[in-house]
Amino acid sequence: MAISEEKAKHVAKLSKLSFSNDELKDFTDQLGKIIDMVELLEEVDTEGVPFTSNVAQSINVMREDVITPGMDRNELMKNVPESENGYIKVPAIIDNGEAGA
Amino acid sequence: MEKLYDKSLTELHDLLVSKEITATDLTRATLNRINETEKDVDSFITINDEKALELAKAIDLKGITESNPLAGIPIGIKDNIVTKDILTTAASKMLHNFNPIYDATAMDKVYQADMIPVGKLNMDEFAMGGSTETSYFKKTKNAWDHSKVPGGSSGGSAAAVAAGQVPVSLGTDTGGSIRQPASFNGIVGMKPTYGRVSRFGLIAFSSSLDQIGPLTRNVKDNALALNAISGYDEKDGTSAGVSVPDFTAGLTGDIKGMKVALPKEYLGEGVDAGVREAVLKAAETFKALGATVEEVSLPHSKYGVAVYYIIASSEASSNLQRFDGIRYGYRSENVKNLEDVYVNSRSEGFGIEVKRRIMLGTFSLSAGHYDAHFKKAGQVRTLIKQDFNNVFEKYDIIIGPASPTVAFGLGENINDPITMYMNDLLTIPVNLAGLPGMSIPAGFSEGLPVGLQIIGKAFDESTMYKAAYAFEQATDFHTKKPVILGGND
Repeated sequence: MAISEEKAKHVAKLSKLSFSNDELKDFTDQLGKIIDMVELLEEVDTEGVPFTSNVAQSINVMREDVITPGMDRNELMKNVPESENGYIKVPAIIDNGEAGA
Repeated sequence: MEKLYDKSLTELHDLLVSKEITATDLTRATLNRINETEKDVDSFITINDEKALELAKAIDLKGITESNPLAGIPIGIKDNIVTKDILTTAASKMLHNFNPIYDATAMDKVYQADMIPVGKLNMDEFAMGGSTETSYFKKTKNAWDHSKVPGGSSGGSAAAVAAGQVPVSLGTDTGGSIRQPASFNGIVGMKPTYGRVSRFGLIAFSSSLDQIGPLTRNVKDNALALNAISGYDEKDGTSAGVSVPDFTAGLTGDIKGMKVALPKEYLGEGVDAGVREAVLKAAETFKALGATVEEVSLPHSKYGVAVYYIIASSEASSNLQRFDGIRYGYRSENVKNLEDVYVNSRSEGFGIEVKRRIMLGTFSLSAGHYDAHFKKAGQVRTLIKQDFNNVFEKYDIIIGPASPTVAFGLGENINDPITMYMNDLLTIPVNLAGLPGMSIPAGFSEGLPVGLQIIGKAFDESTMYKAAYAFEQATDFHTKKPVILGGND
């Protein structure tokens, strides 16, 4: 097994995902198999080989600092699940009720 | 007018210009055709009927001339391309209610060409999958055999074109998601060079690999559609500032002297005998047309799948952070605090395959694993790219299978991620190198279509279309039709 259940739990936390115990077991098992597959790369000699992150020709694209019309605020708010007075509304940030926020 | 659904873009264009039909007639006929066939193929998530008819009316008023070859042509759009005021879900519960307030640049171009988007097509959730079975909404069926998968992730885009629901569609390809479903459905699918088509408004899966491209029933139609959607876009920093040629210009049928490479790795283990046979026959066809075909080697191609799953999943884990239940999309009701909004919205809104990739990507990028996984994958990516560069010093195109197998059964591989991932073995290296790749009909095995993959040099789609057209004219595979399109059993 290439990954422990504890490790999978930690990765789930970093990913902001939660799983039931059964799901976590399945995931640990499947992730382990996938990680075994990708560890095939260890046999490739990459000493001194440059890293490719992107094949695009240009790296930084600059433009003049000129204001152009953006998107309409009211339009943007249309897809917001919950809003109040034109603001996006979310529950309290801290657990112990409204007062905690 | 009979059987408009079976006509090519050029035939439809002639009918529209000569006013034998109007854009409104064609749009109505298309919507009827979708209605009649949808129960068999299930390729659409959303039908854009009202707006399509309004648009058709406006185009009729404006008039259709010869100078506008795609005006009035109906098109289907993969549901990860954002469409203003048309539901865009990426086939995920996470975006089940998402109505974009802007159009992707590819959509701007569709409208500029006066094409008519008739609906949004089913796909694997967030384009993650090879069978369209990870969609939250429905299972699309292969146009040739409804008990088989249409391939993926652009399964809806391919099945809709093959079944005659639309003459052209847009798909996206991150590791083979246009070419493999095109292959499974016996049609033409082009993944252009990275940077050829703007990704602005494409819901990002893996930003260094994703590319939008067209699916059609013949090569010329495909070239016409790529003409329309290509070009530099200041809204996409990775779109390329290279000129866009007329991709139909080289469609002469003459490929004498063309140098064709056939990598031995593409006919190796895991490739079905029927697929191998069709590709070897295709090589003979190219020789008969006056091209030279020689065996070459792409020694690092066998590492493509491993490299891909690290890079694509890592980029996905980062790109999909934006889906947090705050500004759009699904928000869990089951929350006590802000952290719950993030975790529960994501856990309830994403399907299993998406979670699997987020987990793998997060793992690959996490402390202690970055060097062994992400960095190593980026280095092997360089070697894969160099393999292609070496071959393209001497050859004009590379040919091989688009998929190691023909379409498999619905449900057959869905619980076996590794088998599903291996299906992309022959298409993935092309994305990693940023090259253009296409699939064209090249025969049948077990009664199902086999796709021939043609890989070109960066920004040399013209040579690929030229080769594909010559092959198409020399063979009759593209004239064979599934039963749903009037073919024989």
